Amino acid sequence: MIKLATEADAAFSSFFEEMKGQGATGLRQAAWEAFAAKGLPNRRVEAWHYTDLKAALGKPAPIASAQAGMREIARAHDSVRLVTLDGVFRPDLSDLALLPEGVKVQSLREALAQGAPGVMALVASADVQAEDAMVAMNAALMQDGVVLRIAAGVTLGQKIELATYVSSQDVQSSFTRAVVVLGKDAKATIVETAGALTAAPAQDNQALILRLAAGAALDLVTHVSGQSDKLVRVMSLLAHVDEGASLSSYALVEGAGLLRRQIFARLNGEHSKVALNGATLARGRQHADTTLVVDHAFPNGQSRERFRNIIDEQGTGVFQGKIVVRPHAQKTDGVMQSKAILLSDQATMNNKPELEIFADDVQCGHGATCGRLDKDQLFYLMARGIPRYEAESLLIEGFANEAFQGLEDETLRGFLLGRISSWLAARSK
Amino acid sequence: MLEIKNLHVSVGDREILKGLTLTVKDGEVAAIMGPNGTGKSTLSYVISGREGYEVTQGEVLLDGENILELEPHVRAAKGVFLAFQYPVEIPGVATMTFLKAAMNAQRRSRGEEELATPELMKRVKEAAAKLGVSQEMLRRPLNSGFSGGEKKRMDILQMTLLQPRFGILDETDSGLDIDALRVVSEGVNSLRAPNRSFLVITHYQRLLDYIKPDTVHVMAKGAIQRSGGPELALELEERGYQEYLGEEAA
Repeated sequence: MIKLATEADAAFSSFFEEMKGQGATGLRQAAWEAFAAKGLPNRRVEAWHYTDLKAALGKPAPIASAQAGMREIARAHDSVRLVTLDGVFRPDLSDLALLPEGVKVQSLREALAQGAPGVMALVASADVQAEDAMVAMNAALMQDGVVLRIAAGVTLGQKIELATYVSSQDVQSSFTRAVVVLGKDAKATIVETAGALTAAPAQDNQALILRLAAGAALDLVTHVSGQSDKLVRVMSLLAHVDEGASLSSYALVEGAGLLRRQIFARLNGEHSKVALNGATLARGRQHADTTLVVDHAFPNGQSRERFRNIIDEQGTGVFQGKIVVRPHAQKTDGVMQSKAILLSDQATMNNKPELEIFADDVQCGHGATCGRLDKDQLFYLMARGIPRYEAESLLIEGFANEAFQGLEDETLRGFLLGRISSWLAARSK
Repeated sequence: MLEIKNLHVSVGDREILKGLTLTVKDGEVAAIMGPNGTGKSTLSYVISGREGYEVTQGEVLLDGENILELEPHVRAAKGVFLAFQYPVEIPGVATMTFLKAAMNAQRRSRGEEELATPELMKRVKEAAAKLGVSQEMLRRPLNSGFSGGEKKRMDILQMTLLQPRFGILDETDSGLDIDALRVVSEGVNSLRAPNRSFLVITHYQRLLDYIKPDTVHVMAKGAIQRSGGPELALELEERGYQEYLGEEAA
């Protein structure tokens, strides 16, 4: 008997038929094959054990199309903003005229149509898509996005924001991919915004590819939010950090539906540095998963991961972190820390740190904790006259803020802390 | 001011305070001295309202009102202040944010207007200067990475700012070098006032050289065994607590 494909398999196949003619045919074909070999991740796939994507994407929604008409999208930041809306890069909503010198922007759609080999090499994600089906799916079905190049030696005075929103009232799938390249010794702050302007339960698969050339330094500030409890969003960050370059990432994830944020960071040259920080807030029945792999491929690299999870009501948090140290990556220095606070009896946190060390002269450590608010701290604050709810809020806020201590841009830090305060203010007493 | 009447307190199955009675008058500095493990810290926690202590009998009256059913922050607003034996580190909370929250929460609960930030900053800076609390300490997260002496100074700074009716100093001298002890004691002495009382808990006479008590009470076996004037502290220093421990002594 012939085994019938699932409804989801059939739908994704038809999406691929729709997209394969839209540039980068070879790249898409290879990615599709990588996806088809694995299928949608289910819980038997170790990296997806805590997030049942197969169940969540049982009925894939049609591929998004550009929404007619102009939309005003409120600004959260004083930045040069590049907007991708419902799967389509929108020059009309973007500040292309304000781009600083030394910065080049092209839409992904245009880049794929041109197919210049240098650009295709940047867009491809062959190394990761062999490992992860959702990155492969993103490469096979990518609709549009941004290719942003910052020239060697340029230090950006202004922040650039890559804003990706879903806005359709219809339930749609979107597949977007952005590429950010920093030339040698370039320095920049990029804001990555993943939001929803609709309460419709979109299915969103985004990838952000970062290439940091030698000596480059990037602060990446990510803010994820949504409206629908049925939103399904997978975000993949694929970073290569070359010799002496430094990536600092700060992410605030506000739960909405099912969210998976995955990071594949490769220390791709000696003396490179990666610092990944994040705070996740989840309540209701939200599910928020942060999964990361930090790959030390060269000696003398340094990585720091600091994650804070605050889970309320029946929410679920996931943190899976793996530090890989390859055989020749001697003198690696890695510290990974994930802490969670559960605010209710029904809240769940799955914390799984891992080390895979094949070199002998390294310093690597990890710590993971999960618990209630500290009673001694709470009593200390209350003994000074601070009412219980306010004292709890101070502690939770402080706990979340630990993830953003290293962020030097005070307006961005203020923005993130403000979002945390708003989330707390909506907490039931 | 504060009256403790026949107070019995248990933790789990174990009775720690066994009928403790003590009165501290307006303006009085009362010292409680006693050996380790006799329930001195328990007493300070029960007065200030920490969870985990079961009061099985007795009452604690502040200005005639039994405060044992009140939440800790309500007691604080009524004027109870505990200077902790081990002040807690709170790494995520900025010291100034905390001080502002505490001062204004107490003001709100007393029906007073909140202090605007400039006025609040001014008060904090003035008090900090007197206690040798540096600006750098104020910028750090609360008590984070502070030495034992710095933490105690931070507690006394809070007491200075909050102006309590009734201050409890729980082993404030522990972990302090002689200079820090002097600064902290001067901070406490400058707060002495006719409408403010203190309960000074210690097991050494040393602290009482700096903070002169009006009354001294010997606590052992979960109750006050003897009360007297300052001379009692000197006698204890000489003779120890042996005679108050009875058959419990080894």
